[in-house]
Amino acid sequence: MTMRRVPAPVLFLLVGAGLAVVPSFGLPAFFESFLYICFLWAALATSWTILSGYTGYFSFGHGAFFGAGIYTTATLAVSFGWPFLWTLPVAGLLAALFGVGIGAVAFRVRRLRGELFALLTLAVTFVLSTIVLNTKIDGGPGVFLSAVPLPKTFGSPVGTIYLLGLAIALVTVWSAYAIYHSRWGMGLFAIRGDEDVAEVLGVPTYRYKLVAFGLSCFFAGLAGGLHASFLTYVTVAESFSLLVAMDAILMSMFGGMTHWFGPSVGAGLMTTILYSLTGGGSAILNRILIGAILIVVIIFLPEGVFGRFVHRLARRRARRASAQPSPPVLTQDAPARPANPGTSLLVCADVRKAFRGLQALARVSLEVHEGEILGLVGPNGSGKSTLINVVSGYYRLDGGRLSFAGQNLAALEAHRIARLGVSRTYQIPRPVKWLSVLDNVALAAMFGPHTYDRPTARAHAWRWLVFTGLADKALALPGSLNLHQRKLLELARALASEPRLLLLDEVLSGLTPTEMAGALQLIRQIRDRGTTVVFVEHVMRAILDLTDRVVVLNYGHVIADGAPRDVMRQPDVVKAYLGKAYA
Amino acid sequence: MPSLTLLLQSVLSGLFLGGLYGLLGLGLSLTWGMLRLINLTYFALAFLGAYLTYQLATVFRVDPLLTLLLIIPGFFLLGVLLQEAFVRAGVNEFISLIVTFGLTLIIEAVIQWIWTADFRRLESGYGAISFRIGKLFVPLPELLAFLIAAAVSFLTWAWLKWTYVGKAMRATAEDPQIAAAFGVNHRRLALLISGLGAAYAGIAGAFIALIYTLAPSQVYAWIGVVFAAVIIGGLGNPLGLLAAGILIGVSEAVTMAVTAPGWAPLVSFTLLILVLLLRPERI
Repeated sequence: MTMRRVPAPVLFLLVGAGLAVVPSFGLPAFFESFLYICFLWAALATSWTILSGYTGYFSFGHGAFFGAGIYTTATLAVSFGWPFLWTLPVAGLLAALFGVGIGAVAFRVRRLRGELFALLTLAVTFVLSTIVLNTKIDGGPGVFLSAVPLPKTFGSPVGTIYLLGLAIALVTVWSAYAIYHSRWGMGLFAIRGDEDVAEVLGVPTYRYKLVAFGLSCFFAGLAGGLHASFLTYVTVAESFSLLVAMDAILMSMFGGMTHWFGPSVGAGLMTTILYSLTGGGSAILNRILIGAILIVVIIFLPEGVFGRFVHRLARRRARRASAQPSPPVLTQDAPARPANPGTSLLVCADVRKAFRGLQALARVSLEVHEGEILGLVGPNGSGKSTLINVVSGYYRLDGGRLSFAGQNLAALEAHRIARLGVSRTYQIPRPVKWLSVLDNVALAAMFGPHTYDRPTARAHAWRWLVFTGLADKALALPGSLNLHQRKLLELARALASEPRLLLLDEVLSGLTPTEMAGALQLIRQIRDRGTTVVFVEHVMRAILDLTDRVVVLNYGHVIADGAPRDVMRQPDVVKAYLGKAYA
Repeated sequence: MPSLTLLLQSVLSGLFLGGLYGLLGLGLSLTWGMLRLINLTYFALAFLGAYLTYQLATVFRVDPLLTLLLIIPGFFLLGVLLQEAFVRAGVNEFISLIVTFGLTLIIEAVIQWIWTADFRRLESGYGAISFRIGKLFVPLPELLAFLIAAAVSFLTWAWLKWTYVGKAMRATAEDPQIAAAFGVNHRRLALLISGLGAAYAGIAGAFIALIYTLAPSQVYAWIGVVFAAVIIGGLGNPLGLLAAGILIGVSEAVTMAVTAPGWAPLVSFTLLILVLLLRPERI
């Protein structure tokens, strides 16, 4: 998969050095400021992408953080007489602080995603600009920076601004590059795909988003600080403009907002288009163009110009790779964990969970013993899935105790529970649709209890794909799998974190009898490797075949607990399933 | 602290303005609540309506209120065409926000192209008429805008609640597939809603022309406040929206009277942020 012949840091240095000597060619001044504008937008669009492109949390408030940077520099340099260069890091940090503050509150609200997050950031822009406009920070007339001296180290003021712009753009793009290839980046992509799943796989979603937001704002603020000195006269209307956010979004989408280099491509292309068509002069035509391109791109080219190119490349590589499948050889199978059969692994005591008036779990007490397969059955709506959601940490329990291997789970976030060695599957498979089958599985290995690095996680993922029989689909996207294969993918993903406790939520539903037999065989093998299994299922034959013990739930109560065949004959259980007449 | 009269006068003008917020937000509230499309274009259409009213009234000497006879059917048609285009292009809830923002940019730029960025003021007979209730000053255009807004909101609410089409609409908003299984033609309802939304925007625009001095960039000035009203009022709920509009209008006006006019946006946006953070399930 490596196309990189030149190591990336070297490449960045070369590009940087090449662009840095441009001013010494003696080109017309127009050219320098045009390139500066390209750098500015590359930095802004890339910084937007670090949060919004990677995680899918669209910020419409990038203007607020850009503006915060502009006014930090303006205030510090003009009112307090700070040297210009010193104001830049403060501009970035202050903007980052704003971002983290907003994120710390907003990211706690589970529903505040997509367009609602966009609206929130939009509102923040207006609040911030109103405050700046009505206080001494600006007060209305705008701020002049023409008297602020620029450092002489880099020659002329224009040259200085050019070089600083280049530096900020390079650092921003390099950060996006580094994140893209890191564990953190993988976590951010998972958040974009399906945040709940990401959290359950062990991705610390809250922290990841918060840091991404902070970093995104930092670079926006930094770019704003520099731009203040380029503008020499700043106003609230131009700084905290909605158009700043829109341009950043547009450029990022135009290039491709899921790739680290997409926004730079978009920024270069858009700036060139706008300059060459309007000479940077006609604001009206500019806006019409921006509007038109925005519409065309999002409808017809949602992955962006560069994004489409990258996808093509990846698809071609995948085709070549699948022609000669070469799953890496893993030297040895991971050793089966020494289980202490019979001891309690998971203990639920008086667990309660209600949704408004509906008591989904009413004082549920049960134990799962290490090394067993526990069948969890009950009619629809009896609380089985709620129990799984509570154990895996998606829902907070209202009361009672919940402990896993002696650890209290009640106060833990879902990703911490995953790290302890609890994993689950979803009844309706929820693969991350942007990631290949292999990476979906590798994700679990990266964020599970073992936190493997990416290559190791991939190698492990291969093993689980071979185990579940999905190896020949490894490089495909989940969208091309049928239901059976998706269920197997769920299973492979749950296994890849090498859990101690595996919660299976109706893995058999919708499968044909042959597929079912294969799946049952797999589950038996999983248990033989030392993993404890909780098996939620409606298929009675499978329950009787597979489980060591069965717990029956009805209306949120445990109504039976014991050996499968005994339990299924109890009158209470028969009544719950088939009605009174059959009991 | 301002005098009691000034405070009451502020409340009154906030009330009138709040009605206009409600009317302007009605299209957004309906399409968002019923069609799951966030249509910003209505703000641009309202200003297009305002400028058309201005043009007809100053150049062709048409009575500003009579221009509504032209604007309402014309904008209804525009709204229908817009919805048809959205369906054909496969616009969904999230990208609708971006697509319609692009459209808003274009319409605003076209307005500026035709009428320039200069301020325009419609001088009509209505502007001069006002009367007094006690010490309070009541301008006719504002009062008229409020009454029409309240009437339109109430009629829309009643229509949604009691007529067959209204019920079908609410059923579709709740569960499009089940509604379709019962024979509701979603596509045609969507056209109707979008058309109505545009017509409401046109009416609001005519009153904006009657009351305010026009400038193209003011398109954006209304977006945030009206969004706040739409979300606080509850999506697809005309009376809730009217009440929320009045709430915001009055609190803005009082803020302006107590502090300085520049602080007014803080009220609506802070309200919007609070609603988003504390009551996200309303949306």
